[in-house]
Amino acid sequence: MDTAAELEAGLDALDAGPVEERQSRTRRALVTTLPPLLALVAILATWQLVVLTAHPATLPSPQEVAGSLRDQWQLGRIQEAVRTSLERGVLGFLASAVVATPIGVLLARVRPLRRAFRPLISGLQSLPSVAWVPAAILWFGLNETALYFVILMGAVPSIINGTISGLDQVPPLYQRVGQVLGARGLTLARYILLPAALPGYLGGLKQGWAFSWRSLMAAELIVNSGDLGLGLGQVLDQARSLSDLPGVLAGILSILFVGIAVELFVFDPAERWVLKRRGLLPAV
Amino acid sequence: MTVLDSVRRRAGTTPEISGAPAVSVRGLTKRFGRGPVVLDGIDLEVQQGEFVCLLGASGCGKSTLLNVVAGLDRPTAGAVSVPGHSPSLMFQEPALFPWLTAGQNVELALRLRGFPKIERREEARRLLAIVRLEGAGEKRPHELSGGMRQRVALARALAQDSKVLLMDEPFAALDAITRDVLHDELTRIRTEVGATVLFVTHNVREAVRLGDRVVLLSSRPGRVVREFAVEISQPRRIESPEVAALSVEITEHLRTEIRRHAQPKVVTS
Repeated sequence: MDTAAELEAGLDALDAGPVEERQSRTRRALVTTLPPLLALVAILATWQLVVLTAHPATLPSPQEVAGSLRDQWQLGRIQEAVRTSLERGVLGFLASAVVATPIGVLLARVRPLRRAFRPLISGLQSLPSVAWVPAAILWFGLNETALYFVILMGAVPSIINGTISGLDQVPPLYQRVGQVLGARGLTLARYILLPAALPGYLGGLKQGWAFSWRSLMAAELIVNSGDLGLGLGQVLDQARSLSDLPGVLAGILSILFVGIAVELFVFDPAERWVLKRRGLLPAV
Repeated sequence: MTVLDSVRRRAGTTPEISGAPAVSVRGLTKRFGRGPVVLDGIDLEVQQGEFVCLLGASGCGKSTLLNVVAGLDRPTAGAVSVPGHSPSLMFQEPALFPWLTAGQNVELALRLRGFPKIERREEARRLLAIVRLEGAGEKRPHELSGGMRQRVALARALAQDSKVLLMDEPFAALDAITRDVLHDELTRIRTEVGATVLFVTHNVREAVRLGDRVVLLSSRPGRVVREFAVEISQPRRIESPEVAALSVEITEHLRTEIRRHAQPKVVTS
């Protein structure tokens, strides 16, 4: 190696810094899972304490709710409801993404369109999608189409907004570098703008899923008929009509668990993977 | 044709178009909308293989000039011609794409230029070797130091295979030690690949360290004030007395230009 190369190699080694010591996998898992578990225990303890001391007539104890969950699990009702609802939610979410993404790209890149439609999109995003349920029933009847319509009205605006803000956050320098490298139009979008917008877009998808899920639950509570498969919302509504309070709470908990699970096992890993590759994730 | 091109380059013979300048700017005037005139009647010719430094204080329109030559901006009046491929451009920030590895960043430039797919990886490796980063192809930009990132950006610029390299204060954000090393590197690489360089800086010593010629621009509007031929043999050292002597002379002229912008009330005190 000549001296210049040696000088440079030395500088690179110094600049790169010492290799960071990585936390062990178990330790990291402990650090991330222990606090929420402790919080859960604290909530259950408080709940139990209230039931034991105040004896409220309208609040079942944690054991009663757990019992109801167990009974329905043994009957297979919960599994079936989760499967039905998840299938609707995922299908509706995917359809929303397919509809919303091109619209988002169009609004982000075409100024006049954006000025015309952005206020409407933001307004729709704050409109509770349950407001569409009556219209959906009148238009489509008590069927799955009505459910999907409500999901779309809930999720599409937030995915559009996520796509727009993802593209807005792309540093203008990337676009200029792309142009210098000879990328124009679709090539520029495919190789530079869209990959650069991915973190913001993922955030939009995550929010879109949350909107899909809550829209679906609201719709299932109302759209209830014998021909329709039993989703979590319908299970919840049946428990209400039977004044089965432990059943109602068990239903709410099931909906909550599904939401947490999807966030924890789908969106969080995807987001972490994208951010980590780009060096945007601070070490835990 | 691109294959032929790269074969010719590997053989180390740069095509000489005898006499024709690599960059030719004639009567270039630029203003944005109805704003003030940024560049006013710039005449500039850069010969094949020449290294020209554009030097000026803030507001001299150095970056605007580079953008026009790069084709990112249109001139308001005058003409710019860069025969052959469109020039490559490097910025103060490396602007590497963070979703790609260092090697993939270089490969993307090759792909956008239409370089045949099967040879892309090999060519990217060769270009990274030129900037002495043969082992860093799998690294992501955030895992590299500032100087290494800027060298990947240089490899990416070289991947465009344009004979003209435009550089907009590429080393301004680096620490002095790294900058010094990169000066040596750039001097070596530009002879190695036979590139023509138009280099913008506000650092007088850097301009004298690197350039065959230093062009001093005035500010608001930007005009060519003076040119200095740098007749010191390469490789130069930035701390050498020859570089220092010419830097003192150029700095005097630069300061004269800056003093013209002083407010009258400051002068009378």
